[in-house]
Amino acid sequence: MNKDSIEQCADVLYGAIKSQSTVKPLTETHPDISIDDAYSISLRIVEKRVADGERIVGKKIGVTSKAVMNMLKVGQPDFGFLTDKMVYSQGQDMPISEQLIQARAEGELAFILKKDLCGPGITSADVLAATDYVMPCIEVVDSRIEDWRIKIEDTVADNASCGLLLLGDSAVDPREVDMSTCGMVVEKNGAIISTGAGAAVMGSPVNAVAWLANTLGEYGIALKAGEVILSGSMVPLEPVQAGDHLRVSIGGVGSASVRFV
Amino acid sequence: MGNLTKPEIEQLAEHLENAELQQLEVVKITDDFPHMDYEDAFDIQWEIRRRKESRGNKIVGMKMGLTSWAKMKQMGVENPCYGFLADYFSRPDGGEVKHDELIHPKIEAELAFVTKQPLKGPGVNIADVLRATDFVMPAVEVIDSRYKDFKFDLKSVIADNSSSTRFFTGGRMADVADLDLKNIGVVMEINGEVVETGAGAAVLGHPAASVAMLANMLSERGEELPAGSFVMIGAITAAVQVNKGDSFIVRYQDLGTVSGKFV
Repeated sequence: MNKDSIEQCADVLYGAIKSQSTVKPLTETHPDISIDDAYSISLRIVEKRVADGERIVGKKIGVTSKAVMNMLKVGQPDFGFLTDKMVYSQGQDMPISEQLIQARAEGELAFILKKDLCGPGITSADVLAATDYVMPCIEVVDSRIEDWRIKIEDTVADNASCGLLLLGDSAVDPREVDMSTCGMVVEKNGAIISTGAGAAVMGSPVNAVAWLANTLGEYGIALKAGEVILSGSMVPLEPVQAGDHLRVSIGGVGSASVRFV
Repeated sequence: MGNLTKPEIEQLAEHLENAELQQLEVVKITDDFPHMDYEDAFDIQWEIRRRKESRGNKIVGMKMGLTSWAKMKQMGVENPCYGFLADYFSRPDGGEVKHDELIHPKIEAELAFVTKQPLKGPGVNIADVLRATDFVMPAVEVIDSRYKDFKFDLKSVIADNSSSTRFFTGGRMADVADLDLKNIGVVMEINGEVVETGAGAAVLGHPAASVAMLANMLSERGEELPAGSFVMIGAITAAVQVNKGDSFIVRYQDLGTVSGKFV
């Protein structure tokens, strides 16, 4: 894709975010789109958001589970950017009806960094050394592509389908928890809907963060001290709407709960 | 009140136990005995148990089955079921199961409770179970329905000892007070690949709820769980098919691992 098409796609998607509307898959309107094109679009949207006053506070990793990789026919995850506008904390309601289009919730570990991580060459030991603490997190993903009819290029361009996120009630030193075996229980409106464990995310959420640092290194981007890194869902995505209540608990870490309005 | 006669119960018990011992696939027994009820189904299971004990086998524990809501919904039933564990079912951590001795085995990641006080229903609750528990340890169950293609209804599976066949124990024992049983995570790997993950709450919301339900179900027959009972709670993960040559390891949060091989 040429620069003009990338700019045009970025405008279309950013417009969709702001107006809470959906667009046709870019892979249909621009069949020649490559993954690199998609990341270029995503980066342009972030630049526009920053120009409009948002602040980058972290990054997210998506497509970390085998099920979603198979669905999108890819062998690796993707990433997106988190801005201050997306972040909620335990105790706050999350206004998905006025901010999102087709919300789906997932549960994951958020890593809060105390040192920069810049690939290539980042190992899981580097990730642990750079992690200040981990927190339970509910991420609500959203797609600006109609009916979630996404291929990998669509979700990459659309900021890895990022929506809003909520950080939970505890922060735990990474040396206190085995992030590969820690269990997760998700309750929606009081009923247990799914369980999982850290290993569902690329063997361990730590591996996912290392992958992100190494992949972003190729684009000259670092994970920075103080940033929030979402490591990817341990459980299947769950559609949510205003009025729903969701609770995610993680063994040895804590829980996050939210009311959607 | 059961609907089958004593000779029919004995005949069906012999039929299903032979299927187990000779690795024969059979059709679900409710096809030929559509009027059998749940009491008949348990009568058949207890008759199989009696047959084994009369031959000198020891009963070493109990298990719960169909304890996840997903599985119950799939089966269209509102209740789990139980079965017994005979001495020759047991395998140590790192042990082997001969695949040829089974029909179409699958493995499930579970936990086992070992009790130090009797549990007698009705009315046993989670608190009773936690107080009566000596320790918890990891367990992996091998299930092997004698029914063709695992096609059965709840009565047929109860009569078939709830598909019980082998189990591995291992890992590390722990006091219930030191565990977060609801959130405890498990990771199942077959031949080095992660195939299933889950957490304790997948079993009836809390692993101890499964033991309570077992005590209450047993009380319907005037039975109880004596002190020293070994109870497997049912699957935290989906059951996964295993083939000859496969090896597995299940990793448990704070409880170590259980591994084994199918040879």
